[in-house]
Amino acid sequence: MKTSANSETLTRRIIACLDVDAGRVVKGVQFEQLRDAGDPAELARLHAEAGADEIVLLDITATAEGRKTLTDTVRATACQLFIPFTVGGGIRTLSDAAAIFDAGADKVAINSAAIATPKLIGEIAGRFGSQAVVVAIDAKRGRAFTAKDATGAKEEQREIGILAEVFVHGGRKATGLDAVAWAREAQDRGAGEILLTSMDRDGTRMGFDCPLTAAIAGAVSIPVIASGGAGSAQHFIEVFTAGRADAALAASIFHFGTHALAELKQTLLAAGIPMRWPC
Amino acid sequence: MIAIVDYGAGNISSVAKAFAHLGAPAQITAEPQIVAAAEKIVVPGVGHFQRCESLNRHLRPAILAAIERGIPFLGICVGMQWLFEGSTESPETPGAALFPGLCERFPATVKSPHVGWNRIELTGSSRLLREVPDGAFVYYTHSYRAPLVEHTVAVTQYGGRFSAVVERGNIFGVQFHPEKSGDAGLRILENFRQL
Repeated sequence: MKTSANSETLTRRIIACLDVDAGRVVKGVQFEQLRDAGDPAELARLHAEAGADEIVLLDITATAEGRKTLTDTVRATACQLFIPFTVGGGIRTLSDAAAIFDAGADKVAINSAAIATPKLIGEIAGRFGSQAVVVAIDAKRGRAFTAKDATGAKEEQREIGILAEVFVHGGRKATGLDAVAWAREAQDRGAGEILLTSMDRDGTRMGFDCPLTAAIAGAVSIPVIASGGAGSAQHFIEVFTAGRADAALAASIFHFGTHALAELKQTLLAAGIPMRWPC
Repeated sequence: MIAIVDYGAGNISSVAKAFAHLGAPAQITAEPQIVAAAEKIVVPGVGHFQRCESLNRHLRPAILAAIERGIPFLGICVGMQWLFEGSTESPETPGAALFPGLCERFPATVKSPHVGWNRIELTGSSRLLREVPDGAFVYYTHSYRAPLVEHTVAVTQYGGRFSAVVERGNIFGVQFHPEKSGDAGLRILENFRQL
């Protein structure tokens, strides 16, 4: 068995994200084998076959009626999937989370609800284990930061280490919380992983926010999943080295077909990043 | 029928789902009588070792008697750790002591928990790992790990080597999650089913 020189064999994960609205995948994916471009179950299975290390399904449904289909979607997706499966979007209570686990998810991702009710993290972790709780953090840089308890000038706040602010409600509402401090608190409350999305980079294909990812990875001992900005294999290499990420999540980079994932993993492997390949 | 033992240790539906996919009849149960009558027993589990208190209180005699009769037993993650004497995670909670030694936390030199896909290195002959390639990737999520023992048949490297799979006669334990480990994991569950 061949291992890398430093004997490190735990691989970095490449996570495929499916955005689902009322049970249908949005942002159409161009898999050549695909019969139904909007079916989450089939897309998830194809991603898994193509080499994705994990699947995240994010429910972006705006209406309550549409959201009722989520557990059906999760159940249909989970029964075809034998790699880790995370579901997020609109999970507000322990019973919401329990329904998602019952439908077959391995982890839930909570975002706004964790900010509104931080004890929810511990409640879900207490019942389903920390490994089942991903706290998603949407963070934004470059804005004049006004911390709730801060009295000093903007420059002073930067000096004390505030890098980015947490936003909730799909990035529409600022919280005044320091993303690094919130990540640490989420860990202390029982989160098993942090899913960090850079709002500045999301959708830009300019690359991940590596300094912010590294700051959060350095502040917690639980795995950090970087999200937002993936556009090339080089971006993944950067986030796994300079960004110190344990996993990287992307949707759009996989939209070019199943070969994109294989090529990405082979490129990263050649660059010395431990990858699960072939799988 | 395979009894999947429910003792309140996290989400176990994925194990049932994997057996359903393989076409193997399986039932999630917390009833000692059903466990005692099963053809095979699986104890899954994630989370804190203290959860094994509930296993010890209600199901230990049924499980140990079944193992004694030669019924194949598979412990997954905490279910595997329970096969050892105990864990420093919850020193007052005894394990089944079918393998020697205590489970311990990862050293501070590596990030903990150990989460993600890592390789198994085959170190002994194994019925459970039949046709599973050396170096296969499997999915882990845990903070404590079992020591290397005489009956360790596969190891994983993370903060040193630890027992990935133990096997002695009809007793099997895997630290990773075969139900989440893609084709290699399904192969392992199929091997268990065919025993």
